[in-house]
Amino acid sequence: MTDLTQELQTAVASAARDGQAIYLQGGNTKRNLLGRECNATALSLSNHRGIIDYQPAELFITARAGTPLTDIEQTLAENNQTLACESPYFGGAATLGGTLACNLSGPGRPWYGAIRDLVLGLKLINGKGELLNFGGTVMKNVAGYDVSRLQAGALGSLGLISQATLKVSPRPEAHATLSYDMPASTAIRFMNERAGTPKPLSAAAWFEGRVYLRLSGAEAAVRHTAQLWGGECEDEAPVWDQIRELSLPCIETQKGLWRLSCSPTASLTSAQPLLMNWCGAQRWYGTDSNVDPQAKPLAQGIGHWVNFKGGDRMAETNPLLDPVQTRLHRKVKQAMDPAGVFNPGRLYSWM
Amino acid sequence: MLYRDMPWLVVLPDTVQQVQDTMRLCRQYNLPVVARGAGTGVAAGAMPHPDGVLLVLSKLDKILDIDPLARSAKVQPGVTNLRISEAAESLGLYYGPDPSSQIACTIGGNVAENSGGVHCLKYGLTTHNLLSLLMVTDRGELVRIGNDSLDSPGLDLLALLTGSEGLLGVVVEVTVKLLPSPEIARVVLAGFDTVSAAGDAVAAVIGAGIVPAGLEMMDRLAIEAAEDFAQAGYPRDAAALLLCEVDGTRQEVAEHIGRIESMFKECGASSLRISSDEADRALLWKGRKSCFPAVGRLSPDYYCMDGTIPRGKVSFVLEEIARMSAHYKLRVANVFHAGDGNLHPLILFDGGDPDSIAKAEEFGARILEMSVEVGGSITGEHGVGLEKIRQMPSQFSELELLQFEDIKAAFDPTLSLNPGKGVPILKRCQEYRALPARHTHD
Repeated sequence: MTDLTQELQTAVASAARDGQAIYLQGGNTKRNLLGRECNATALSLSNHRGIIDYQPAELFITARAGTPLTDIEQTLAENNQTLACESPYFGGAATLGGTLACNLSGPGRPWYGAIRDLVLGLKLINGKGELLNFGGTVMKNVAGYDVSRLQAGALGSLGLISQATLKVSPRPEAHATLSYDMPASTAIRFMNERAGTPKPLSAAAWFEGRVYLRLSGAEAAVRHTAQLWGGECEDEAPVWDQIRELSLPCIETQKGLWRLSCSPTASLTSAQPLLMNWCGAQRWYGTDSNVDPQAKPLAQGIGHWVNFKGGDRMAETNPLLDPVQTRLHRKVKQAMDPAGVFNPGRLYSWM
Repeated sequence: MLYRDMPWLVVLPDTVQQVQDTMRLCRQYNLPVVARGAGTGVAAGAMPHPDGVLLVLSKLDKILDIDPLARSAKVQPGVTNLRISEAAESLGLYYGPDPSSQIACTIGGNVAENSGGVHCLKYGLTTHNLLSLLMVTDRGELVRIGNDSLDSPGLDLLALLTGSEGLLGVVVEVTVKLLPSPEIARVVLAGFDTVSAAGDAVAAVIGAGIVPAGLEMMDRLAIEAAEDFAQAGYPRDAAALLLCEVDGTRQEVAEHIGRIESMFKECGASSLRISSDEADRALLWKGRKSCFPAVGRLSPDYYCMDGTIPRGKVSFVLEEIARMSAHYKLRVANVFHAGDGNLHPLILFDGGDPDSIAKAEEFGARILEMSVEVGGSITGEHGVGLEKIRQMPSQFSELELLQFEDIKAAFDPTLSLNPGKGVPILKRCQEYRALPARHTHD
């Protein structure tokens, strides 16, 4: 439980003054994921930790950026609550700040939302070293621009998240996992048809020729749907933790990984994905598989590729943007971090 | 109508190209532009600019595509909120956010205000239900923000644009997520002798791990007005009323309704009724949904506030409002999205009496400042607009407002889009220099 806000603010202000750059580091679990390599001096936030406020009846928790997600989940479990986003723990070192900056979410995302969707507010140190407060602890707050949510997925390029307030949810009463043998192409339609019916579906994934559906909610509803839908049924299936942690054998053994985000119903490209998650809206490929990340249809609003792990991490790892988007990105970066202190080149080589 | 002005020029485009051309010309001649949908907003967010162009998007009203399998709808900004759900109904789908004005308000306006509704606690705000936008920039360029997948490439500009009150760009196409229509929904109506007992009942439901689809509270004056108007069978003798809706599968709803019923009884409900069928459910909601016009019949005018507060502070805040009501000698009806802490006090006043207007404005400002003091916000779903811009410094420090201003300038360097609304301009515009002192809330 240490509050290093002042030290962090001083570090940012002096870096801005001296023209130095900073690489923001939490639990150091995602340095080689998602973004490009960043050659700036690391500023560790891992000691800036602790839960500041948790009010189960108000459905929120506030914690410092360096707080491990597992600490947060442990506290929430005492009241039978959880972070609905199911973000990866990566061995327990993943922190609140790093997870939010990377916007990594688990298999329940289409139903429960990403960590982005749970953000109620945060304290942020901008590139001038100013400590700013956006959002709050209440569920609805539309005063000013949603600067809090903007930090999700920005890979730390816009500011130092000092602390964040997230919405918490009750833990579902019961779960069941159904599975069926099915080829990938059939699985896409199957998963999306299931998702279009009003049943307590909470995850739908496919890998190695098999579809997995998770049901979560009131015991009676889960049982009833499991019976109705059939298939092989387990109460506690390890696959969901493995999907969240990217530790399925077919994923873990890959040297490099491409992540395709697309419409859940997008047709399969020529290469077979290793894993489809989120009803098909997130698909994983090994970098040695024959995929073309610049494939045209995907550039036209259907989806995009990210070089998630491995490969050339000095090259762009995130999708190319059109000229207007590029200008807006530059301008937003300039508005929040005019001296370019935070994570230079991490999201894009030019940011 | 406290806020009104005549625009210099009205433009009614019926193509996206015309929107782009308008923006290009406005930029060339340095004209202010105010984008407007159905004009149902209640914070004067789309009030015309006397020297500017009013860009009315109501003719862009086509539903472009509904994809039943991917569960999304691509629509133009002038499509009304309700029309999306109506169009998706035969497919067993609907659009989640349902503001009370959903019959008239447009999706473009919903994006601009990040609108909510009575189902936010479970299904989220507009920002949680969007996939992508097509936006025209201040220079007239067309840009797609977000895409058909769940992750955005690069920065999450979709988050920044949603709720930006027309200050950063003009939205000309919206792709929303659709949800499967629940098998069944049922609503429990309960009357309570005190506001605090109703507050305890709200806390009990949340504490029990139930996420209701809607959880609404009304106070005595609101109950009476709604009952006079809708004859829904609301308990006139109650100090507070709760409407708690649960939806989902038949099994889940049956289980939750039973638990809610017993919790409400334990919290001392003086009356209790559960909707028997869809018609009965619609009737129970009719009172709540017509609450604003119903209150409107009690007084020449009413002023609707929109603060959010922590749920646990509702008794305290309503007592304070009652005290202020006596002080200002203005009646107040309170309607509360209790599930998500969004309070709508309706201050009754006489728009023909300047003294009454001044008192109503002061009263409203005090309520918003109090919302911030107890840990909430000056606006939960209606937006800042022009109406609440003077209260922005009670929620944000000067540095925070300056950060907003820099973001504004990133998108609109000439400050032509909806000037004077949403966020006060401190650095680039002298007229907002003199701001009232900030209230501390740390």
